[in-house]
Amino acid sequence: MRDVAIIGVGLTKFGERWESGLRELMAEAGLAALEDANVESKDVEIVYGGTMASGRFIGQEHVAALLADQLGFKNIPAVRIENACASGGSALRQGYMAVASGMYNLVAVGGVEKMTDATSTEATTALGGAGDQEWELSQGITFPGLYALMARRHMYEYGTTVEQMASVAVKNHDNACKNEYAQFHKKFTVSDILNSKVVADPLRILDCSPISDGAAAVILAPLEIAKKYTDTPIHIIGSAQASDTLGLSDRDKITEIKATKIAAEDAFRQAKISAKDVNVLEVHDCFTIAEILAMEDMGFYKKGKAAKAIEDGETALNSKISVNTSGGLKGCGHPVGATGIKQAVEVTLQLRGEAGERQVKGAEIGVTHNVGGSGATSVVHVMKRYN
Amino acid sequence: MERSSASLWRKINSRYNMVGNECTNCGKTYFPPRLICKDCGRKSKMQSKKFNGAGEVYSYSKIHVPTEAFKDSAPYTVGIIKLDEGPLVEGHIIDDGKGVNIGMRVKSAFRRMDVDGEEGLIYYHFKFVPE
Repeated sequence: MRDVAIIGVGLTKFGERWESGLRELMAEAGLAALEDANVESKDVEIVYGGTMASGRFIGQEHVAALLADQLGFKNIPAVRIENACASGGSALRQGYMAVASGMYNLVAVGGVEKMTDATSTEATTALGGAGDQEWELSQGITFPGLYALMARRHMYEYGTTVEQMASVAVKNHDNACKNEYAQFHKKFTVSDILNSKVVADPLRILDCSPISDGAAAVILAPLEIAKKYTDTPIHIIGSAQASDTLGLSDRDKITEIKATKIAAEDAFRQAKISAKDVNVLEVHDCFTIAEILAMEDMGFYKKGKAAKAIEDGETALNSKISVNTSGGLKGCGHPVGATGIKQAVEVTLQLRGEAGERQVKGAEIGVTHNVGGSGATSVVHVMKRYN
Repeated sequence: MERSSASLWRKINSRYNMVGNECTNCGKTYFPPRLICKDCGRKSKMQSKKFNGAGEVYSYSKIHVPTEAFKDSAPYTVGIIKLDEGPLVEGHIIDDGKGVNIGMRVKSAFRRMDVDGEEGLIYYHFKFVPE
């Protein structure tokens, strides 16, 4: 196996991008990544594209070939990866394996979702497909509903409060204010969150990540040649993925995401690190409760202890550990297929020292955590600055 | 999404009568039923099992923003029920006005779930009601 590095990153602004369709978003992020890596379109050897539900949102399938087409990657293999909300992270891992295996040297990985062309009810239905269509969605158990069921049980078993969940949103919106690519640049208070509209009790609209348009891209290369392209390669030192039952009630516990526990343990073992070594962390906060689960399941806090620590500010920017500096899915936005790649872009910028106002001081090791559905897929990557 | 009548029909036994299954190799019970036991793999010996539907509320949520098919029935309460006979099962909980809470006893009942427009198919399903 060869060591793999990120040599270039690109991002679109996330949000309601009415002027841009799916292909424009992909091309914008892809071009930015090529420029950042100083790589020509013709040099890219294979492309992986992550998107969850382009067919449901805009009626377009076969998105990887379209990505290759629009970026001038003439005739190279193009592969779409769909793993619900973890499509981006899963695509990144495929790209990582393509380089690590020795089959390809220059690999492009993109993630995209164009969601705002659909109505919010259509989007709710499309996103519900991330859970079990036959036994959850068909009964009107929506995607926020699944996380609401997890939140309610977590509150019952561990005394987690709605105020503590709200504090996740407050923190992530604070961070988003410092990110020019973020969908929202607005601060919220705990009371704003608790007074917002109920979506699936106990989750309110400001506990939920938004409907967003956006794309993100990275260029990967073997570490041994990475310095040819950039002075600041980011070394991927751990890459792991796990799955679990699609249906929530088929699991032994709903107060943890077991796939995250397994993927984090594997990625940390590969990277030879433990949770205390991590300086910057992008976790999958599709709902506020999800960030609490992630911090526990990845081993940053014992089960039942993360909510209070977050409320106490331990995960704010430049505190004990900086979590979701981009604003997370909550504040930066959640164009589903793009999210896993955006997390890698943010950690890359942080480790390069290019994150501007939201820079984590002395960031050496960063982690990304991307979840699909209610936890049927989890992907964890560990990254390190390469000097 | 428009559903075909076949997709409804092939699940009727489970949706109407809460028929799941049991792996007689290890004793684990499942609802919804599955072809292969999660733990036993090729050694699975699956046998149909009708659950009586009694149990207690394990978690619940009142859904205010529904999917397309349920846009006329929101808000409605859904939950996960821990059946006395083993498995956790997801379904609607009928709130009789006294509220729903974790640990509350419920039993299953045969109810109308939703309708495809005025002239379309009517979907039936078990729901949970207070015991």
